[in-house]
Amino acid sequence: MTNPLAELLQTRDWLMADGATGTTLFNMGLQSGDAPELWNADHPDRITALYKGAVDAGSDIFLTNSFGGTRSRLKLHNAQDRAYELNKLAAEIGREVADASGRRVIVAGSMGPTGEIMAPMGPLTHEAAVEMFHEQAEGLRDGGADVLWVETISAPEEYAAAAQACAMAGMDWCGTMSFDTAGRTMMGLTSAGMAELVEKLDHAPLAYGANCGVGASDLLRTVLGFRAAGSERPVIAKGNAGIPKYHDGHIHYDGTPELMARYAVMARDAGATIIGGCCGTTPEHLRAMRKALEETPRGAAPALEEIAEVLGGFSSGSDGTDDNGPKRERTSRRRAKG
Amino acid sequence: MSDEEDIILSELDDDELVSQMFDDLYDGLKEEIEEGVNILLERGWTPYDILTKALVGGMTIVGNDFRDGILFVPEVLMAANAMKGGMAILKPLLVETGAPRIGKMVIGTVKGDIHDIGKNLVSMMMEGAGFEVVDLGINNAVESYLEALETEGPDILGMSALLTTTMPYMKVVIDTLKEKGIRDDYIVLVGGAPLNEEFGRAIGADAYCRDAAVAVETAKEFVARKHNQMAARA
Repeated sequence: MTNPLAELLQTRDWLMADGATGTTLFNMGLQSGDAPELWNADHPDRITALYKGAVDAGSDIFLTNSFGGTRSRLKLHNAQDRAYELNKLAAEIGREVADASGRRVIVAGSMGPTGEIMAPMGPLTHEAAVEMFHEQAEGLRDGGADVLWVETISAPEEYAAAAQACAMAGMDWCGTMSFDTAGRTMMGLTSAGMAELVEKLDHAPLAYGANCGVGASDLLRTVLGFRAAGSERPVIAKGNAGIPKYHDGHIHYDGTPELMARYAVMARDAGATIIGGCCGTTPEHLRAMRKALEETPRGAAPALEEIAEVLGGFSSGSDGTDDNGPKRERTSRRRAKG
Repeated sequence: MSDEEDIILSELDDDELVSQMFDDLYDGLKEEIEEGVNILLERGWTPYDILTKALVGGMTIVGNDFRDGILFVPEVLMAANAMKGGMAILKPLLVETGAPRIGKMVIGTVKGDIHDIGKNLVSMMMEGAGFEVVDLGINNAVESYLEALETEGPDILGMSALLTTTMPYMKVVIDTLKEKGIRDDYIVLVGGAPLNEEFGRAIGADAYCRDAAVAVETAKEFVARKHNQMAARA
């Protein structure tokens, strides 16, 4: 059986994903410190509203409320033993919303990072990471997710562990990483490095890409990096709606719907197939993005200068894919490495 | 295998050895750092000099390159691990010799936030810079910060958050310190991916630190300022 997302990717040359989950739930009254995933059980009406917001704004794909649904993340709320249940609920609510929409909408089961550093640098072993992702993947699958959606990953090892878990659950998946440190992931992976990593996996994703990170400009530079690496695999762009600002006790993102509409069109021109938002992206932003994607003809891939001019400057001079990045001159002899 | 000859640390003169230790820290070589520390001790260096000139000096380079996007988290973790090896030897000796305290920090991720990678990095880099660090871990309510400030008496309070949904809690902590009239007893530093300088100012922190390297520089600066003020008042 062909995956519904794979089918859509064959018939459409762009798809719109959803916007922010955290920002939206916060606006619905989620208190800082509460686990969003608990609302799948306690406030299913609000989660329905969250999903419907994206679907009604024209999203072809939306992510389930299960980002922090791994055992290690739920442990904080003493809900580690509810991992399967909460993930299943997240997907079940999503299935209902998608099936009631009257058109084909993909329910993507969100899987966020475990929050732990993987071995040998940190304590989390590959096996333990796979096990946690597997448990989450099975919940999402059994709740009716069309595809699994791994996001905001920094470590290549964690991405690979999630891939393996998706395979064990017998599910197709998509996977994005967060490029937030000098154009790379926190662990130093470049866009080119991720493109290479993806092709090496036994269970490669249907689409790969970038989400969150710094601003929309950096995210587009990353997309250009993926395309330059030469892979034909569909690319995902899910950028933040600008930069967070603090105002009267609330966080507010400074990216306007107009700006996100420009971003969406530029992301497509840069070579992204699945385009959405991340933190700060509301249904209002999504509507503007959808309209712009429908009404604007395709153009040439934007140059870095054009991206900076329209969406703002980059957070760093280089993203590590060229030789223009900063370097360190060694003061003494480098040791022979065995 | 490389063509390069093996480096015999004990055959290097002091300057060469310190320079080699900088590189070994950079490369995260724990055993070599431990050996270097022991050689300097045998040569009569004071524990405080080894800490500040060899280890902190080396970690400063690591910190600068982390700040500048040359090194990333995995390399910094390896460097910090090597530093830790050296510190384990020096710590008891520093206490014994009554070496001056560079500063003390209580640090923790705020309530609701279980992210600790950034905070751990700050802890390690602060220790690398010679600070004493009390790490409260993740998910700290205002009460746990207050208790630690009371019992530990630090110079600095550090708070971390990686989520836009948890970062406002920093203000709750600072407001509580103000209510109790103890806000100005501490240097309050905040950090985390979604924060920025404007946010730091808005919630009443002394400074927002973009990354662990900046946190160390900022901490040094504020502690020096605090010492100067105390000296001026004395």
